[in-house]
Amino acid sequence: MNSIALTIDGRPVKAAPGTTVLEAAATLGINIPTLCYLKDVNELGSCRICMVDVKGARTLQAACVTPVAEGMEVATSTPRTLRARRTNLELILSDHPQECLTCIRNQNCELQALAEAMGLRESPYEGKMSCHPEDWSTPSLARNPAKCVLCRRCVSVCQKVQGVHAIQTMERGFDTVVAPAFHLPLGEVACVLCGQCSLVCPTGAIHERSQVEEVWAALADPGRHVVVQTAPATRVSLGEEFGMVPGSIVTGKLVAALRRLGFDRVFDTDFTADLTIMEEGYELIRRLKEGGALPLFTSCSPGWIKFVEHFYPKLLPNLSTCKSPQQMFGALAKTYYADKAGIPPDRVYVVSIMPCTAKKFEAVRPEMNVGGTRDVDAVLTTRELGRMLREAGVDFAALPEEDYDRPFGISTGAAAIFGATGGVMEAALRTAYEVVTGKALGNLNIETVRGLEGIKEVSIDLDGLTLKAAVAHGLGNARRLVELVARGETDYHFIEIMCCPGGCIGGGGQSIPTDAEIRQRRMDAIYTVDERMTIRKSHENPAVLTLYEEFLGEPLGLRSHELLHTHYQPRSLYPGRRESK
Amino acid sequence: MSVALEKLPSQLREQRLKEVDQVILRHRDRPGALLTILTEIQDLFGYLPEATFKPVAQALGIPVSQIWGVATFYTLFNTRPRGRHMIRLCENAPCHIQGTVAVLEAIQRELGIAPGEDTQDGEWGLELVSCLGICGVAPALMIDDQVYGNVRPEAIPAILDSHR
Repeated sequence: MNSIALTIDGRPVKAAPGTTVLEAAATLGINIPTLCYLKDVNELGSCRICMVDVKGARTLQAACVTPVAEGMEVATSTPRTLRARRTNLELILSDHPQECLTCIRNQNCELQALAEAMGLRESPYEGKMSCHPEDWSTPSLARNPAKCVLCRRCVSVCQKVQGVHAIQTMERGFDTVVAPAFHLPLGEVACVLCGQCSLVCPTGAIHERSQVEEVWAALADPGRHVVVQTAPATRVSLGEEFGMVPGSIVTGKLVAALRRLGFDRVFDTDFTADLTIMEEGYELIRRLKEGGALPLFTSCSPGWIKFVEHFYPKLLPNLSTCKSPQQMFGALAKTYYADKAGIPPDRVYVVSIMPCTAKKFEAVRPEMNVGGTRDVDAVLTTRELGRMLREAGVDFAALPEEDYDRPFGISTGAAAIFGATGGVMEAALRTAYEVVTGKALGNLNIETVRGLEGIKEVSIDLDGLTLKAAVAHGLGNARRLVELVARGETDYHFIEIMCCPGGCIGGGGQSIPTDAEIRQRRMDAIYTVDERMTIRKSHENPAVLTLYEEFLGEPLGLRSHELLHTHYQPRSLYPGRRESK
Repeated sequence: MSVALEKLPSQLREQRLKEVDQVILRHRDRPGALLTILTEIQDLFGYLPEATFKPVAQALGIPVSQIWGVATFYTLFNTRPRGRHMIRLCENAPCHIQGTVAVLEAIQRELGIAPGEDTQDGEWGLELVSCLGICGVAPALMIDDQVYGNVRPEAIPAILDSHR
């Protein structure tokens, strides 16, 4: 393709056709400020912050939506562009609450950062402010439309990336608001609570529902024995909360940090990830041998589960009955562990550190309990843990590397890779191959299921039986794959779906920002964690084997059935109140 | 005042929803059928009842949230029961300059309702809207399907009477 020659701020630059002025400027090290822009997802030119002067154009142009042209002369920082950007930002701020000090996004807000970068010193425009009620209807996410700048990133992510369409821009003009259908609360519509909206929101208009206070209270309660579990993907992202580069592996510091906060035991969700592989692997083998709904879909991702309940209830029998690793952990902490440690189960309080907002919803599902008490008592996202540690004044970077407590801190590389798309599949195949064939797998790295390709396929020969499997991440990709399955056009036996783009490393509860490059770095880190583990196959986890010997008996046994498996329910796709039947 | 669908006896409600199905069937295969369908549903009920969104969404394969976005974007659509006669007064700049405020005051004097409200007897509803496309004869308003330009405040009683 011919490249296009233009000048930006007097410097010549060449760019491929279709490149925007914004992107071309970035190659020269000129970062034109943006607000609504989100690469590949939201390129609308709606906020008018990225205004540039294009010679010969009638008006200033929005760099994010202006394609480069041959001979174009662009000036980015002229008095005219700077004044226009400031005015546009001042107008946005004229309808934005000036509550930065008490905002959940204080110091991690793109609007605040822009105001700082542009040197705003006053709000010259005063007038009517938008007035929309806050929405606290879900256990995962809260909305505060008063802080919305109408950038539409959340709408684009929900519609284009996830294909869920839970929210949309409603009304027009000054009354415009991003909201669910019928202006209903989020908890009453088909929202999967993945939190991708909260990950891309530049302000505090939609955010995780914090459980930090509950956890502080539990930690301060001498009557409670507070145990914590850490999801695979959190060990490669928490460092970002403290300014470390994306992809920093902070497993040991994470453990040390949780001890500093006063948790009685620091355990690892990776342990129950290994257990999941055992239970789900045997479930797959049983369905293959004895019949049962195929393909079998993984059930680790609660956003995916809720997606199936709303959008594809006919496929519920295809979901694995395995609870997610988070829930398996809780169920075992309050039975096996409590018993072993000699602590009454009702004193055990289970906290999970998750990259995920949907996990908060999963934890309060009524079916997720042992004898009436919840498996998991509180779920903190990576962001909330970052906040707790900052509040406690923990110098994260200076922490030593510490080890998890036993026995639920023992895990394998197979469990670590649960954090990336394709990881559960790879872990399952490592175990399935060896369990079914009785032979050792030569190369443990199953590269075909790795990476950020939307849908990946793999087939593996299990001594005569060719196991066909597929992997999808991001619900938009998941939907494409599921449609093929629903139409009977595939012959897959096993399908891994992760709700969020990139898998849990790109989860809705992860550090902000999370973009394509950061996802890739976290993913690389996850595979490094795997490589460094002594044991890399779930069925070789000694603590899991002991658990079966001492307590569970066998995979899919009676105790497993009672504690580790569950069923899901169809949910309405269409919101309805008064008039609906 | 248009009667809220949800307040009808269930048998009648079912019957009226069948009329919605017919509207959908008539237009569903045409591209861009949404606005036509919503317009005809509003003709049936005087507004767009929530219960009608689900069949439209299912037939057209458009998420309910998007249909609600369209319905709330256009001021010609009502998302709740409104007065039998709808007055839509343009509030954009050209009309504003030519005297919308005085016209609005005249309407309020006559009917005792503010924009967004309906009269107690259900006869009249008042709404401020964006450009009606006739800035040349500003200030402009619409009553139901009829358009009025060069509206003077003192003409309001007679204009309203012609619709009574």
